[in-house]
Amino acid sequence: MNGEHIDNTLNHLFRQESGKMVAVLIKIFGTENIELAEDVVQDALVRALETWKFKGIPDNPRAWLYRTAKNRAIDIVRRNKHSRLIDFSDPQKQLLTSSYTLETTMNDYWKEDHIKDDFLGMMYACCHPDISQENQITFILKSLCGFSTKEVAKSFLTSEDTISKRLYRTKEYFRKNKIRPIIPLPNQIASRTGTVLSAIYLMFNEGYNSTHVDQLIRKDLIRQAMLLCRSLLSEKRTQLPEVFALMALMCFHAARADSRLSDHGELILLSNQDRTKWNTALIQSGEQYLNNAAYGETLTNYHLEAAIAFQHCKAKSYLETDWQEILKYYDALLNIAYDPIVFLNRCLVILELDGPKDALNILELVKGNKLLEKYYVYHATLGEIYERLEEYVKAVSCFKRAMELTQSKKEKQFLKDKIAKVPG
Amino acid sequence: MKEFLLLIRGGHDDTGKRSPEEMQKHMEHWQQWMGNLAQQNLLVGGQPLMNEGKTLIERGEKVIDRPLAEGKELVGGYLLIRSNSLEEATNISKDCPGFEYGCTVEVREISPM
Repeated sequence: MNGEHIDNTLNHLFRQESGKMVAVLIKIFGTENIELAEDVVQDALVRALETWKFKGIPDNPRAWLYRTAKNRAIDIVRRNKHSRLIDFSDPQKQLLTSSYTLETTMNDYWKEDHIKDDFLGMMYACCHPDISQENQITFILKSLCGFSTKEVAKSFLTSEDTISKRLYRTKEYFRKNKIRPIIPLPNQIASRTGTVLSAIYLMFNEGYNSTHVDQLIRKDLIRQAMLLCRSLLSEKRTQLPEVFALMALMCFHAARADSRLSDHGELILLSNQDRTKWNTALIQSGEQYLNNAAYGETLTNYHLEAAIAFQHCKAKSYLETDWQEILKYYDALLNIAYDPIVFLNRCLVILELDGPKDALNILELVKGNKLLEKYYVYHATLGEIYERLEEYVKAVSCFKRAMELTQSKKEKQFLKDKIAKVPG
Repeated sequence: MKEFLLLIRGGHDDTGKRSPEEMQKHMEHWQQWMGNLAQQNLLVGGQPLMNEGKTLIERGEKVIDRPLAEGKELVGGYLLIRSNSLEEATNISKDCPGFEYGCTVEVREISPM
């Protein structure tokens, strides 16, 4: 059997399924035994790797993995029936302690609809509002997306040590507060889902925006964020308009992800992107999701950001972009909540619609804003405006300031090229 | 609340005649019945027993290599439940899935401490 083929199959399966297996096992062993759950899944993976090398990949590798994990769970339950490791006091778990009911009860835990519920339940548990967003995403990547500690560290550009500490803190929180992985009740679902969506979107952006992370991890982050969002959409109770909206938004962004970098890894601006490279299938599903997002009265940032992204996807060329329409969405966004970054993006629309003079006047309004002063895009935008106003000295100094503020090599290079092209 | 021991006897003979589907159905009945008791906090515990065993007789001086009772009399498993009265415990026992295999159930109150 081809070893590389097995690795690929397993890798893919693992990313897709490990989180679900971990979620079911946490349901069985309790949130105080997260490590045990992770170990069982890891163990199933190792066994698959060893067995498949000799016997080849089974017809249904997913079922094989699940069965292996389930049998291991039965072993552990049998062995710990009288130890205090697992709390069997809940009525369903009590049935795990009798041979009359152990296997049937265990099978019940691994039924498809229960797997789905537990996975979603874990997502809500990970995104408990008391846990910092950083820790939320770290935990999701590790436990629900099958990332190794090393891979999580790479995604955050930090050390494995830091990641281990974050994971430890989250597990402690679960243990101390007896957090149970369940889908929230209807009266809490909207606010709790909001937290889950922020985590998913942050994870997506980590993959989409960051130019520092290696290519494979970036794609993985994008794929996993979309997978998590799609699993929310697979359940009636969590099919909220804002979930559809975020899904649409991520589709529109992901459709254009590949055209944002040149073959040499340089950044390409929207105006110069090869639109034939955009993924039309993803744009179409995005449009579907956006339609689904439109029911009810809910209008969230995700709706408006998706609407903006859709306008860009729809335009046949940069020149044909409907800036007027886009401006309306930005106004609506600022209406929901003032955000200097959104204000800056709106200013870019003004630049297209009314030219550099008006854009500069509008930017005057946020001059000295602390957040923007440190944000390289603000200075790059100012540079762009000055360049168009033919104030080249000012333009160059703005681009230089932007260069100082970004960590990304690609963005630094991009700005360097811009400076080189400024006349004078 | 009092505690009762349900002694489940017999029923091992025709296991081999059942199809896997029938066996599975049967195990699901156990889960439903015991699950119900657990939900109402009436289940203390319970296990099926292996057929093999030894019996000590004559003040423990003689050991026979099998359980004392055989066939229909052989104890195949037990359940410990909580109930208000012997009548109630008996009623509960009427739904024991063991009957599907020709078992008998003996209901005995645990002597109060």
